[in-house]
Amino acid sequence: MNKRDMRDIIERAKRAREKKASLGDDINLERYNTAGSEHDALKSLAEVPQEHKQSLLRAGIEPSESGRSGSFLLQDRSVVFSRVKSPGLELMSTTEALKRHEWLATDYLWKAIPVDMDKYTADVELDQTNGYFIRAKANSKVTIPVQACLFITTDKTGQKVHNIIIAEENSELHIITGCSVAHAVQSALHLGVSEFYVKRGAKITFTMIHNWSEGVEVRPRTAVVIEDDGTFISNYILMTPLKSLQTYPTAYCEGKNARANFQSIIYASGNARIDMGSRAVLKGERSRAEIISRVLATDNAEVIARGEVIGEGANASGHIECRGLMLSDNAAITSIPELKAVRKDLDLSHEAAVGKIAEEAILYLMARGLSEEEATSVIIRGFLNVDITGLPDALARETKQMLDMSLEKVM
Amino acid sequence: MNGKIINMLEIENLTVEVAGKEILRDLYLNIERGEVHVLFGPNGCGKTTLLLTILGFPAYKVKSGSIKFKGVDITNLPTNERVKLGMGVSFQHPPQIRGVTLGDMVNIAQGRSEAAIDEGVIELAARLNIPYEFLVRDVNLGFSGGEVKRSEILQLMAQSPEFIMFDEPDSGVDVENIELIGGIMSELLDRNKLPSKRVRAGLIITHSGFIMRYIKADRAHVMLEGSIACSGMPDEITKNIMEVGFEKCVEKCKVK
Repeated sequence: MNKRDMRDIIERAKRAREKKASLGDDINLERYNTAGSEHDALKSLAEVPQEHKQSLLRAGIEPSESGRSGSFLLQDRSVVFSRVKSPGLELMSTTEALKRHEWLATDYLWKAIPVDMDKYTADVELDQTNGYFIRAKANSKVTIPVQACLFITTDKTGQKVHNIIIAEENSELHIITGCSVAHAVQSALHLGVSEFYVKRGAKITFTMIHNWSEGVEVRPRTAVVIEDDGTFISNYILMTPLKSLQTYPTAYCEGKNARANFQSIIYASGNARIDMGSRAVLKGERSRAEIISRVLATDNAEVIARGEVIGEGANASGHIECRGLMLSDNAAITSIPELKAVRKDLDLSHEAAVGKIAEEAILYLMARGLSEEEATSVIIRGFLNVDITGLPDALARETKQMLDMSLEKVM
Repeated sequence: MNGKIINMLEIENLTVEVAGKEILRDLYLNIERGEVHVLFGPNGCGKTTLLLTILGFPAYKVKSGSIKFKGVDITNLPTNERVKLGMGVSFQHPPQIRGVTLGDMVNIAQGRSEAAIDEGVIELAARLNIPYEFLVRDVNLGFSGGEVKRSEILQLMAQSPEFIMFDEPDSGVDVENIELIGGIMSELLDRNKLPSKRVRAGLIITHSGFIMRYIKADRAHVMLEGSIACSGMPDEITKNIMEVGFEKCVEKCKVK
């Protein structure tokens, strides 16, 4: 990228500095520190202090690095660890990658998401604190997952990351991203820009576990560009309370047979304000998308669950399934599925339902010997039990265990 | 039985309200260990209400009377406590539960909620012609009438209770499967044992009486407007109902 283009990006970011996001509560970014809390690099994840290991585990991050093809740890604003074990894989901080690969800025940086989308994307550009770059080289099938952890340990930190993930032609890449926060943190901000590029015939699965706490405000900005015969599968799990979350990841199925699947499992508790959706723009011929969400709202949590499929390509198909379960009279769920069709050979559908735990289901389980509490727990687990497809067996099992572990904690 | 016969179920003077409306009135029913009773009656007479009251569902308010199970007064016990004492039920219209499979239900009925669908479960299901693919389906979601019945019986096989209530086990079941279900019900209720060796007891609710061709009962009752209007030998009562209908059957009963 030449200097003029770079200047242009910065100029656009500056102009968008005050641009409020179209959705979600507006955040005063000045409340969060943009300097300090630097951390020294680690030689291995095993060096993570014991007090933090549990927080990592809860976000699906394996401190032993076993069963991982690479590991990346960002603590507050410092990349403290990055190691890759698989030859077909590249993993490093985005800052480092931009120095190493000139093409990264030219072809990928801010190509899926406009830098001036809102004040958060602008802020990530203007006040970047790294992020990860993951690249699966052409034809490499890296079936063992890469893990990346974005970890906040210092109070009032504003963590701002820009991640770029590329699966080159006919490659396969599985990522576990865990976002976590140390107990001592009362308030923090996480802004995360993630740009995914799924090249022809490639596949990315992205399993993200958010393990935030009550004082954390979170604004991820995610876009995925999928070429011919490419597949992107996202599994998002949020089980812990947080202050607020607004995100609307968008998959652009550009190529023929491009496919995107979003599965979101949200247990909204405390005073959380969550505005969370997934969108698929089906441009390619026979491209398809499936958006599934399960939202459980308790305490005073307020959730808006969105889903949007826009059909533009010949014979494209998409389905949205939003289900909500209310466990409190002080909580709220708003379910907003949207479909847009611009040609006649499309097949788009949605189903949405919000309800309570059916008493007759509880009684049925009690008639098989469970107590009322056990029955409720079985029903909630069942509700959140989304068939997670497309993951390698070991990762699918692990994801299931992560979900169970998160559930154990909240129930 | 410790040298003396103990009643399995003993209902006295039972009056039950549902949503403020009296459905059962001064009902008496005794079922001894080793006995199978069949309860006939027209739609809406209170058969299912009786069953769900015995099971202790909260919508069924006992206004007077008592229910004893194996000598224990269970009138005010929650459903799961009653089930733990050894009672089980095959529901007529069980609810759908998303994300909870039939296999999960079988494990729950066996008292092992966290278990996977293993060989034992698969073998049990095979006896009812239930394939593995069916065990991993969400329970009752999109099940046909006959599938619901087989699913219910499978859960009872897993639970193996001493006292079983069946609510219309034959409705919606095809001819091919009714004999199978009748056979397994007979087994669950010790019907294949010598009368002196029978311990388990049952109460079968049937509107059509069709299932009684495949399982032998010891005693039959006809329910009308919330009370047991007549009781007698199953064959005789069945014959009367078939010939003259419920009301006339009760009249004949009274004349005797």
